[in-house]
Amino acid sequence: MGNLIKIAFRNLSRQRRRTLLTVAIICVGVVAVLLFSAFSGAFKNMMIGQITDSMLGHLQIHKNGYVSSLDNLPLNKVISTKQMVKIGKILKDIPQVEAYSKRILMGGMLSNYMETTNIKVAGINPDDEAVVTPLLTSRIKNGKMLEKGTILLPELVTKGMGLKTGQDIVLVVNNADGSVNGQNLKISGIIESVVGPTGKYGYIHIDDAKTILRMTEPQYSEIAVRLKSIGSLEKVFVTISNKISDLKNKENKPVFEAHTWEKLSPFYNIAQMIDLMALFINVLLIAIVLISILNVMIMAVYERVKEIGTLAAIGTLPGKIRTMFLLEGLFLGFFGSLVGSIIGVIVIIAVKFGHFTIAFGRNENILLDPSIPFKQMLFITAIATFAAVIASLQPAIKASRMDPIESLRH
Amino acid sequence: METVVDLKHVSKTYKVGEVDVPALKDITVDIKKGTFVSFIGPSGSGKTTLLNLIGALDTPSGGFLTITGSDPAKLKNKERAKFRGENIGFIFQDFNLISVLTVYENIEYPLLMVKETPSNKRKEIVESLLKKVDMFDHKDKYPSQLSGGQKQRIAVARALTTSPRIVLADEPTANLDHDTAYMVIDLMKKMRDESGVTFIFSTHDTKIVGEVDVIHTLEDGAIQKSEEVTHG
Repeated sequence: MGNLIKIAFRNLSRQRRRTLLTVAIICVGVVAVLLFSAFSGAFKNMMIGQITDSMLGHLQIHKNGYVSSLDNLPLNKVISTKQMVKIGKILKDIPQVEAYSKRILMGGMLSNYMETTNIKVAGINPDDEAVVTPLLTSRIKNGKMLEKGTILLPELVTKGMGLKTGQDIVLVVNNADGSVNGQNLKISGIIESVVGPTGKYGYIHIDDAKTILRMTEPQYSEIAVRLKSIGSLEKVFVTISNKISDLKNKENKPVFEAHTWEKLSPFYNIAQMIDLMALFINVLLIAIVLISILNVMIMAVYERVKEIGTLAAIGTLPGKIRTMFLLEGLFLGFFGSLVGSIIGVIVIIAVKFGHFTIAFGRNENILLDPSIPFKQMLFITAIATFAAVIASLQPAIKASRMDPIESLRH
Repeated sequence: METVVDLKHVSKTYKVGEVDVPALKDITVDIKKGTFVSFIGPSGSGKTTLLNLIGALDTPSGGFLTITGSDPAKLKNKERAKFRGENIGFIFQDFNLISVLTVYENIEYPLLMVKETPSNKRKEIVESLLKKVDMFDHKDKYPSQLSGGQKQRIAVARALTTSPRIVLADEPTANLDHDTAYMVIDLMKKMRDESGVTFIFSTHDTKIVGEVDVIHTLEDGAIQKSEEVTHG
């Protein structure tokens, strides 16, 4: 095999410019894939971070059927104090859970004494929420975080009604029994809207929510959960789903349901699109490698017909001729992807240490932090190399099956 | 004397479209070990076809052909390649050296790729052949750095590397000048005398014809005349 490798190497050096060009094409393809994967991955993670950290949390627990009727914000599908104790125990027993926050969601009317508008409001505990959605405070454009007796209003509502921080408003909501109750609140701040459920909600303190809903004991619409690492999302989701499914009603049906941020946010589809684009770019790379290697190897076989005939005539077995051409394709693919990987990694490191920033959403200076897992880099290199071998297969088989008499006559 | 090639009523027919074209007709020849045999005749007389059959590159359409006691027609393609590697050496008109290999590596190639000889034995054989063909000082050169005569000496050495029983030479002096041609012929005679290998030529070259032991004249695919030559 060592000699076949040597001959394959030397054969590649016959047409140096062509070999370099082919290696360069594969190299550019690999660099493009690596950079796209690194940047799109960083962008995706950043957006996921924005969505989970400013609004959703990593996953949420609701009473069964609540999410499907989220638009109505039903107050008859809430988690009772007793049930919350059980869920709290489950969450505390899961080591990957960092914190959770209880929320009461409600729909109502907001009035500035002159105009009235519809509004959806989340009752939250600001201290719990600061841990579960640490970017919530960064959404406050004007004003400060909640205190009792205050309200954070979405930007669209304040613009529409000409409201300002510090002004008084009245919030009127329907209670679970159908009665109506209202409360005076001061605007503590204006909060920027984001895409997704509760993205355009106002916020009040959970104690105010209990008061306005005339709850005799605390009840909750949803529990937002933050994990120590989003990497454990699937595992924790399965654990929580299994544990809460043990909590059943009188009809022996599960009382609660859990959803990851992926099921709750429309951005998940965009994240999937980014993954799909990454896959498409990978397919493009394979196509580039296949076409360039196939082209080069077909030319190589055509140029060396007489030599193939000589090798066959002097007794070289067809398998060895085949292997020789396969090795040439393998080296082209391997060196192209190796050099591409090295260049790609250098560019990624340069961007990382260059501390480049971009503007996205609420943040003007988000640090561009591209990264590529070593396994993914290996995978891309392996795919390019494998594609090169596959592309060489047809010309190699053709060479090995050539009739020596015809070839020598060439 | 031992027979190394035995052809009995051998024929070869090619199909060109729907038409059968006979290339060889009823060839009966036996070639003895250690002889210089030449097939001569005009272009299209069937010389190369006959050499292809004797070289186990092709199989006859009819008759019987045995080479060193074996019938290559009974072998599969892969086995025939192995058979060629072990029993037959080839010398081509255009030398057909592998351009990316050095002189040393070209001679070594059949030992490596065909016979898989151990490295110390390989070195011994290659260096010995390089000395015999007087090319030891050029062993690190590439074919493109050699003259025609030097290339053909390397081709002769390569043909003899695996110690074949038969060497087939298709117009081996056609691309060489007069002196070089004689030098190559002398080299082949020397090799024949040393190793007892049988050289079979297909040629028009009178220089070779003047040196062979047997001349078979072919015309229209048939042997017209066979004559043994006695050298004074």
